[in-house]
Amino acid sequence: MESLRQLRDPELLRQLAKHMRAIATPPATLMEVCGTHTVAIARHGLRQMLPDGVRLISGPGCPVCVTPQQQIDHFIALGALDGVTLTTFGDMLRVPGSEQSLEQARAAGADVRVVYSPLDAVALAARLPDRQVVFFGIGFETTAPAVALAITEAKRQRLPNFSVLSAHKLIPPAMLALLDSEVHVDGFICPGHVSVIIGSDAYRPVAARGKPCVVTGFEAADILRAIEILLRQLAEGRAEVESEYARAVKPGGNARAQALLSQVFTPTDARWRGLGEIPQSGLAIASDFADFDAARRFRVDLPTTKEPQGCRCGDVLRGLIDPPECPLFGSACTPAIPVGSCMVSTEGACQARYRYGSAHPVRQELSSDIASATSDAPDPSSERRT
Amino acid sequence: MSTDRILLAHGDGGQLMADLIAQVFVARLGAGDPPGDDAAQLSATGRLAFTTDAFVVDPIFFPGGDIGRLAICGTVNDLATAGAKPLAISASFIIEEGFPIAALERVADSMARTADEVAVRIVTGDTKVVPRGKADKLYISTSGVGEIADGVCISGANVQVGDVVVITGPIGDHGLAVLSQREGLEFESGIVSDCAPLAGMVQALLCATPATHSLRDPTRGGLAAALNEIARQSQVEIEIVEADVPVRPSVAAACELLGLDPLYAANEGKMAVFVSPDQAQRALQALSEHKYGRDATMIGRATRRCPGRVLLKTALGTHRILDRHVGEQMPRIC
Repeated sequence: MESLRQLRDPELLRQLAKHMRAIATPPATLMEVCGTHTVAIARHGLRQMLPDGVRLISGPGCPVCVTPQQQIDHFIALGALDGVTLTTFGDMLRVPGSEQSLEQARAAGADVRVVYSPLDAVALAARLPDRQVVFFGIGFETTAPAVALAITEAKRQRLPNFSVLSAHKLIPPAMLALLDSEVHVDGFICPGHVSVIIGSDAYRPVAARGKPCVVTGFEAADILRAIEILLRQLAEGRAEVESEYARAVKPGGNARAQALLSQVFTPTDARWRGLGEIPQSGLAIASDFADFDAARRFRVDLPTTKEPQGCRCGDVLRGLIDPPECPLFGSACTPAIPVGSCMVSTEGACQARYRYGSAHPVRQELSSDIASATSDAPDPSSERRT
Repeated sequence: MSTDRILLAHGDGGQLMADLIAQVFVARLGAGDPPGDDAAQLSATGRLAFTTDAFVVDPIFFPGGDIGRLAICGTVNDLATAGAKPLAISASFIIEEGFPIAALERVADSMARTADEVAVRIVTGDTKVVPRGKADKLYISTSGVGEIADGVCISGANVQVGDVVVITGPIGDHGLAVLSQREGLEFESGIVSDCAPLAGMVQALLCATPATHSLRDPTRGGLAAALNEIARQSQVEIEIVEADVPVRPSVAAACELLGLDPLYAANEGKMAVFVSPDQAQRALQALSEHKYGRDATMIGRATRRCPGRVLLKTALGTHRILDRHVGEQMPRIC
């Protein structure tokens, strides 16, 4: 196994970039499904190194971004009930709901606490027997096992005051749904962390639809290799599942985590921001654990769902437009005053593009400036892209 | 004192308050100048620098420091960014009812030691007590006045195209040291805050290179925020080389674990220094001879390409924009 130090060796990175650019490939649009990949690509400036005609678009893999307005409203509404303490991962705080964000609800008096792990929320419930502690279960197959574990732990401790509002989503059904939409994708960079749980075999149905899938990690070297493998498959007319991330991902995934998921959750139809309703793409709390389901425990009136005006997060999440193509991007919508969820979340495609380059008026200049600095660029002028 | 915890009565202006001030503060920090008066009287001849800061760090004791040391360092270092030698400091305390007096004494001891290190006096102060739950343990606000020597002209607006950027040591120590002690996030890291008063180091630097253009302490928002402020103020582009920015392996590892970027993590004992290229070696030499600047190193330069922008050259040779951070990444670190 390569160490991180080896993976970050500048010489290795230069070689990988060279290999990637050496493949003769027709124009191709590759989608990185996962938000952590979106951030890594922006951070490392990898778009600046792509061969001509190759485009990277971001997919629906930012958990905060794909959580629909209605579920955010539902969670915020729970916080208005007497005696309820809301617990959430920090990145959910600033996502605008129809009427307010969790951050605004907290400022208005709701008891909202940030936790780093769902087990912290269980511990909080044990410490606060007079409060109803509700955890917002968002995220994909990566975070869902930890939430499942928290629910089994609450059951073991017989905690009557812990529950979860489950908004968990599953990645492979969303990828298949994208293939049925107007979005054009030639190949997928598949998520690393999600694949640790579900295994690389989970993408076989996607590959069977003629789309190469490569599972990879989060180092620049990982992503460069994944792009190279995808381009090679496209050049050779293959569509297979390959894993570049064998140091963490097995074909069958993590059986224990999968068993925990199927014990606590049951697949259900789910609504995604931007993608709409996708069959069997969400996780509901199974009937054996119904006592811990906040959706069943509390009855709340939800406000009429209001989507932010002019926001095109939905199209960004499907890879239909590039973040800068949204009319609000960088003007009405910035990380400081976000309109849509993709600008709020640190893993959101809009925030990543805003922070690391494309939002600035000097975008063009950045591309040309760097051409000369990119060591083995064949011709600086061919490196200019936006 | 008959109680070992702060009572509301410690803030009511009566005997308990007089005893608290005498036994905790005056005994450690001095009696003011002139003693007993409500306003200190200072004399100075040259230009003055004046600054103020508030400290709400949580937890109040952390590896490498505490809220008291931080309260002195923050103000001393803000004065140092103007090239000023600290002359006098004021300190106000907002204390939550029930706060242990022994902890308050520890904080006052730490302030006294830190002030002694750079020979600055705490000349005036104030104490307020608020009911339990209305504040979290202890908040301190300090203000400071400093004197600027003739010939020294330092401002964030003075950076010239071609200037070299120096950082005085590894970044992110303070932010990660505090974070590692947070409830719900405790981890054994061995990371120690870099919290230090930099007046001596900056005076040594200005002795060697009085024409230093700009100084900025990269506190909240980290080095990224400091460089962005300077790039905008001076209307230059700043380009830094990621591989040259010093980060301790323990800080890098903790950042990776928590999904943070050391470029945005707070420092309380570092200075970003901007000098003309012909002065760079002298500046580095002077800094590295001081205990707080031992690991000073060049990390980049100011260019004319795109005023206001900070660019980072990655190990891949690509460039990305290094923007300020937004949002609540690490609240209450100072």
